[in-house]
Amino acid sequence: MDSLSRTVRIINPLGLHARAAARLAAVAGRAAGPVWLIRADERVDATSIIDILTLACLPGSVLTIEVHRPEDQAILDQLVQLVVEGFGE
Amino acid sequence: MMSAETFSEQRLYGIAASPGICIGKAYLVDREGVQVVQKYELRPDEVSHEISRFKAAVKKADDELNVVIANTPEELKQNSAILEAHKVLLKDKLLYGKVLGTIENERINAEWALKKVVAEINAIFNQMTDSYFRERADDINHVADRILQNLIGAQRKNIGAIDKRVILVARDLSPADTSQIQLERIKGFITDKGGRASHTSIIARTLELPAVLGLHDATRRIGNDDIVIVDGTAGMVILHPAEQTLLTYEERRERYEGYKAQIRRRSHLPAETRDGVHVRTLGNIELTEEVVSVLDHGGDGIGLYRTEFQYMNRKEFPDEFELYDKYRDVVEVMGPRPVTIRTLDINGDKAVAFAPDNYEANPALGLRAIRYCLKKPEIFKTQLRAILRAAAHGNVRVLFPMISGQEEIVAARRLLDEAALELSRAKVPHNRDIPVGMMVEVPSAVIMADVLVRHVDFFSIGTNDLIQYTMAIDRGNQDVAHLFHPLHPALIRMVHRVTQIALEAQIGLDMCGEMAADPLNVPLLLGLGLTELSMAPASIPGIKRMVRLVSAADGQALLQDVLRLEKVRDVVRLVDEAYGQLVAQKVYGDMGASK
Repeated sequence: MDSLSRTVRIINPLGLHARAAARLAAVAGRAAGPVWLIRADERVDATSIIDILTLACLPGSVLTIEVHRPEDQAILDQLVQLVVEGFGE
Repeated sequence: MMSAETFSEQRLYGIAASPGICIGKAYLVDREGVQVVQKYELRPDEVSHEISRFKAAVKKADDELNVVIANTPEELKQNSAILEAHKVLLKDKLLYGKVLGTIENERINAEWALKKVVAEINAIFNQMTDSYFRERADDINHVADRILQNLIGAQRKNIGAIDKRVILVARDLSPADTSQIQLERIKGFITDKGGRASHTSIIARTLELPAVLGLHDATRRIGNDDIVIVDGTAGMVILHPAEQTLLTYEERRERYEGYKAQIRRRSHLPAETRDGVHVRTLGNIELTEEVVSVLDHGGDGIGLYRTEFQYMNRKEFPDEFELYDKYRDVVEVMGPRPVTIRTLDINGDKAVAFAPDNYEANPALGLRAIRYCLKKPEIFKTQLRAILRAAAHGNVRVLFPMISGQEEIVAARRLLDEAALELSRAKVPHNRDIPVGMMVEVPSAVIMADVLVRHVDFFSIGTNDLIQYTMAIDRGNQDVAHLFHPLHPALIRMVHRVTQIALEAQIGLDMCGEMAADPLNVPLLLGLGLTELSMAPASIPGIKRMVRLVSAADGQALLQDVLRLEKVRDVVRLVDEAYGQLVAQKVYGDMGASK
């Protein structure tokens, strides 16, 4: 199965901090299949705050968000939107 | 049975976080059960029960957090935002899911599985170089502790239910803990962790309760209901005091309370030396609530409003309106009295947790205070606009920290002008016509004082940093701490240069470091020409009293003598010979002798 992915840049001044990670995880948790965050050669489970935090994403980091099921396209769009909008910060 | 007879007296030394003396019974609020976690293996038929037990403990932790969040008073709501994240963490795959998997696969008890998983998570976070992300491990540990407590069934000591007046002993007090305390039940604080800038320290000082923090192992040495003496002035805790010690300290405590009451009665009167020099005593504050304390202690205004607190313990930078709102509160309460707002001074011991770009090996010499602000003009201007808006409501002065040269003060002033212009364009009421000052706390600023004096309306001498930078010592390093002394001849000469230049140019001048809070230094400061001193609110009455006992002329004579001396010891001896008795007898009772 083809995976769908989008690459985004963390723009909010605080990076991917605990509360931002919590918001990502909440959205990713609704996906039907797995959701991954990939930075360089690290890949973490987007439904886990702890896993997201271990990426230690500072502002400016480039991330790839990946979903594996076509029905998760909407989830992917929402995740991208959260990051692009800087988590509303 | 008196514990004083069955145990030998022990003295524990920590950080003097809030002055005063209290004597009472210890009340431990620590996670005691956590250390006694045992490992045992499960029979196959026990696994599903163990899993339900773990789920129930998590559910209970979630309920508890809901209660804490619901009961958090409005003024502490900011702190509870992190509790929401804790709730999500409870169910995190890497914690919740992994523990369930470990119970199932390894057939071990839930406590041990939890401990194991948390240890693995800690190992990952400990390797991180960025301090913000590294410290997120604390959040995970707090959450895990809460689950563990429920598993063990250990009665979590409910701080909210303390029914007698006690001395609180804790490893560390989290904002969740402090928001539950019924503070009228607390006599004093003792903690293993934390320093003068910690949440507990600030709360203790605001409430004027004695506190000794950073004792490392107090929770291990002190038992529930042990009799303890907390001497928050000396930074000492006496455990199992002997009869004689109890008597001595009871007397001291009474004298200290009496002294406080006595000088407070007179603290509203102006402070004038015997030869008629009027001294203005101002308060250093950090929280809006401390304003009341400044007025209660007879302060003539705010000499140093530290603004870092609104930037700490939170995930986002505060916006202009929020800052304006806080500043305006302070300004309005103070009425016509001056309020000196120091712009953001982020540094080593006050790292803004959410700004992950500020990790540095040597923060005291790094991107802090004005340097940080000049690099982040938008963050800086947000604060400046808030200050200018608050200035429309009272007597505001703006103070720039860590200025080291002409370019910085010029750049800071330019941004202040820009901020004013932005407000004018947006037709927002504000007042640009306020005194602009700089902290003199970097040695280069002392040397360039004759140039810098042309660019500001006032100098504020910050002795703590000035000593640290002049003597090249890290205040936190015990091996060199003995070199940290405000009466060092080098420091006196530096202050002398600054005061001479300021007085000659007739700009404003004040001192706001710890040097200004010690009554013994008052004559020398008067001799240096300082007539405006800013300090912790609780120190104001003692300083005012000392001012009334001495004369400025004697202070000038003392300064001349001191300037001839070569060693810090000689200066200390001279000042002590001249004024030590006066301070010890009139101000402290025999408190001076205990130092």
